[in-house]
Parts: sequence; structure tokens; C-alpha cells
Amino acid sequence: MEQFKLKIIELLKEDARRTPALIATMLAAPEAEVAQAIRELEEEHIIVKYATVVNWAKVDDEKVTALIEVQITPERGRGFDAIAERIYLYPEVKSVYLMSGAYDLLVEIEGKTLKEVASFVSNKLSPIDRVLSTKTHFILKKYKQDGITFEDHEDDHRLLISP
Amino acid sequence: MIEPKQQTGETQNQSMSRYLAPLVRDIPPSGIRKFFDLASGRKDIISLGVGEPDFSTPWHVREACVYSLERGNTKYTPNSGLPELREAIAEYLYESFQTPYEPADEVLVTVGGSEAIDLALRALVTPGDEILIPEPCYVSYNPITAIGGGVPVGIETFAKDQFKLTAESLKNAITPRSKILILCYPSNPTGGIMTYEDWLPIAKVVEEHDLIVISDEIYAELTYDRKHVSFASIPGMRDRTVLVSGFSKAFAMTGWRMGYACGHRDIISAMTKIHQYTVMCAPSMGQVAALEALRNGMEEKDRMVESYNQRRRLVVQGFREIGLQCHEPQGAFYAFPSIQATGLSSAEFAERCLFEAKVAVVPGQVFGIGGEGFVRCSYAYSVSQLLEAIDRIGKFMKNL
Repeated sequence: MEQFKLKIIELLKEDARRTPALIATMLAAPEAEVAQAIRELEEEHIIVKYATVVNWAKVDDEKVTALIEVQITPERGRGFDAIAERIYLYPEVKSVYLMSGAYDLLVEIEGKTLKEVASFVSNKLSPIDRVLSTKTHFILKKYKQDGITFEDHEDDHRLLISP
Repeated sequence: MIEPKQQTGETQNQSMSRYLAPLVRDIPPSGIRKFFDLASGRKDIISLGVGEPDFSTPWHVREACVYSLERGNTKYTPNSGLPELREAIAEYLYESFQTPYEPADEVLVTVGGSEAIDLALRALVTPGDEILIPEPCYVSYNPITAIGGGVPVGIETFAKDQFKLTAESLKNAITPRSKILILCYPSNPTGGIMTYEDWLPIAKVVEEHDLIVISDEIYAELTYDRKHVSFASIPGMRDRTVLVSGFSKAFAMTGWRMGYACGHRDIISAMTKIHQYTVMCAPSMGQVAALEALRNGMEEKDRMVESYNQRRRLVVQGFREIGLQCHEPQGAFYAFPSIQATGLSSAEFAERCLFEAKVAVVPGQVFGIGGEGFVRCSYAYSVSQLLEAIDRIGKFMKNL
């Protein structure tokens, strides 16, 4: 991809609220070109969505998140794709990755309570044909997500004025 | 038991100041220090006042230091610095700025660039020598010149020339007592740089008048539209120049105090004598970190420079939009907008800006002649802080 678009992506990854005008100033480029590039990135589904990273630990309405290692038998002709699709269609499922190593899929589930997540695993995920086994790991604390640390130990410790 | 006599601090000061060396006693406190005292302790301030990167030292550099400490590397190093660090510095300077130095006796690792400048002055100044300093300049040059017995002679530079030193103004400042020229490009506080073509006539004057140059190139990595040209790389100037630099700005390592000086072996040898009797050697852990920065830190450095560049554009345009004339800085991470249109002195502007807009900027007058009428604004801050600061200054100016 051209450098110009990569730089736009980086600036939007840092802060999705940055306007084309602001990005244009930062990159010394015409605003119209930046706006056009962003449109193209959206149309090409390279920029898929503008999302918000939330530190749920600070919100009363806490959520329970679990990572589940899933071993499956791949399907002839379609490999792992069909069963992955079967799993990711559930709204509780936040992400699904095909993995190398000791298991096949890593599934991230989000629920309101521990019981809700456990129930999803036992009632929906495990009974799926070709799912051989699951191993559920509850997330106890999130330190870093998408490159963002939740407890920032690197505050600005500089003096207000220095030479 | 004899009771010690109670004395107030004031009485003590009055009675003891007569012992102070006149050279030190007569030095005024730093203007930056005064303004810092004014601003400190306030929590609601957005500061554009610092002369250091907002990035933390890259993790791999910190980690190299931690591992080295764990292995027990806590001893003295050779006076001149770790041999492998001196080699890495020489290699880096040659590859980046075409300035060849022999690591064994032409490179000295110091406690920050500041020590290197101090050592150079102490090694070169005979009391009464005149030291030429293009201004506005870094706040330390004048006082450390005076402490060394030299006589600082300011040479004014102007916004209309992008704060470049011109051969003519240099020539006009030279007297039979002139001995040293201190250069700082890219410049703190103006962000001005000098090109190869700018240097040539300066080099001619330096040669004609047999000057020695202390070239502070601490911001060499922070240039934006063109690469830094070291004064030492100009033909005939290497042996007349003490090149001073360090790791603070390029690798976000201000607190480590790691710097170096390179130059003709006779001068470096004299500087090393002072260095060995005063600080012995630069901290060994800092030297390990500096070596890691040079070996593996260039990618991270490029990323930081790119980020400064983006913010530089934002700040310059922001100031212009709110009605402050601002030349385009080509290096370092400072904008130096003119506040002359407000009718305020730089000290008044900075003070009112602090109290009314809650934004700290540094009054230009503290940087010497030519600084009045300007304020120094560092853009080593997050984009959101910069936008907020410009917004606040804009509103403040509307109410003037």
C-alpha cells in the first residue's frame, strides 16, 4: 500500500476522531486528498470500523471475558472455515482466530456473568459437530489491548519548564 | 555541651556570600528557572515549556541497561568511555554526517552534552577571551562562558533570516580577542538550521580569523525537510571544531545524561584531563544504554522524528491561524512565534498566558539578544494537548 495511506491509517489508529483537515495539516497534504484516501480505505474495507477501546474495569457494568481454546475436526473441502463461521455468528463471540499449535481456534467470548459464559460454552459451543474439546480461560485483568495500556505508568513526569 | 548559635537563613546568606567566587556570585539566575518557579505547583496548566522529548526512552534501551545492571556491570569505565561505545559513536558520526573521528583519542563520552561544552570551554578559554555566541541561544552558553573566565559576545540573528548566522554579522562581532564561536544548529530555541551553502561563508570567516568552534549538534537527528549538515564536515573545519552531541534528544534519553565530544586529539586530550579529575567517567549504565540506542535504536528514532514533524506542522499552522507570526522551524522541536503584534514584552506575554490561558510558554528574552518579542513553544506534546493549548492561546489573545 502507498505510504500516504499507511500514514493516514496510523494517525487514525492513534485517534479515530481526527478530522481529514487535521490529518492533512499533519502530513502536509491537501485536505481533499486525505478525505479521498479515507473514503477509499473505507470502501476497500481496509478501514472496517471506527471503534472505541473501553477500560471496562472502570465501569460498573462489568463484563466477563473468556478465551476458549477449541479443537475441531476440519471439514473436507472447506477446512476450518465453515465451522469458524458457525462459531463467529453467535453475538457473544467477539473474535475468532485460526491458530497453529496445540489447538485450532481461539475464540473470545464476552458475557455479563461467569455463568452466562459457562453456559454458552457448554450449551452452544461444545455441542457443535466436529468440536472435539474446549478449554476455557477467564480473563482476570486486562493490562494492554490493541497497543493501549489501561494502567499507564508512563505519565508525563517532565518538569513544566526546562531548558 | 555548647549550644550552637541559632542563625536565620537570611543572616547566614548575608554572612557567607562574601566567600563566593565573584564570577559565580555575579551570574544572574536563569530566566527559565524564574519562570519555572512561577509555573510550578499549578495543576491546571498545559505546558509547552519543556526542552525534552515526550517519548519515554525506547524499551529495548532501558532493558539493555537493566540486564547490564543484573549482570553486575556497575564499575568505572575508562575515562574516555567504553571503547565499544566510542567506536559506535565514531561510526555513527561518519555514516550520518561524514565526520571521521578516531575512537581511541578523538572521542570523549561525557555526562550529557552540557558537560562536553563546559569541558571544551574550560580547555580552550584563557580569561579575557571573547566567545562569540549567535543568539537567541540555549540558556547555558553565556553563564558557562563567564564561569570559565571568557567574555560572551552575543551575535543577534533574525526571524527574517530563519535565525541563521550570517558571515557578515559574525565578521562584525570579531575583535582581536575573539577566540571561540559556539554554534547550536538545529537551534534551541528557534528551530533554525544551517545548510551546507550557509556554512561555507561562515567557515571562511572562521579560518580567516583563526577561530575555534564548539558546535553543539544535540538536535542533529531532529531535522525535517533536509538532513543536518555538521559544521565539522565543512572542508578544513574538522580540526577547528569540537563537535558536541548526545543521546538526550534523538533517543529520548534526557535523564540519562549521556553526551560526547569529538575533535582534534590535542583538544580532546585536554578535555579528558579535566573530565578525569572532575567526574572520572560517565555513568557505566548510561553508556550501556547509549550503545544499545546506537546499535538498535534508529528505527524508533525515525518514528519519533516523524511524529515531531507532524506536530510541527500542526503547531505552526495553529499559531498562524490565531494571528501569531511564526517562521517555519526546520529542526529541534520548538516553534518560536513572534508576539510583537500583541504589544506585550515576551515576559509579560508568557506570564499572562500562564495565568489567563493556563498555558506555559517560555519568554524569548531568556535566550539572549534577539529573543525579545518571541516565545518558545515546545511541540513535544500530544496532539490533543497541542490543539487545546493553541485554542487557549487563541482565546487569550482575543481578550488582550
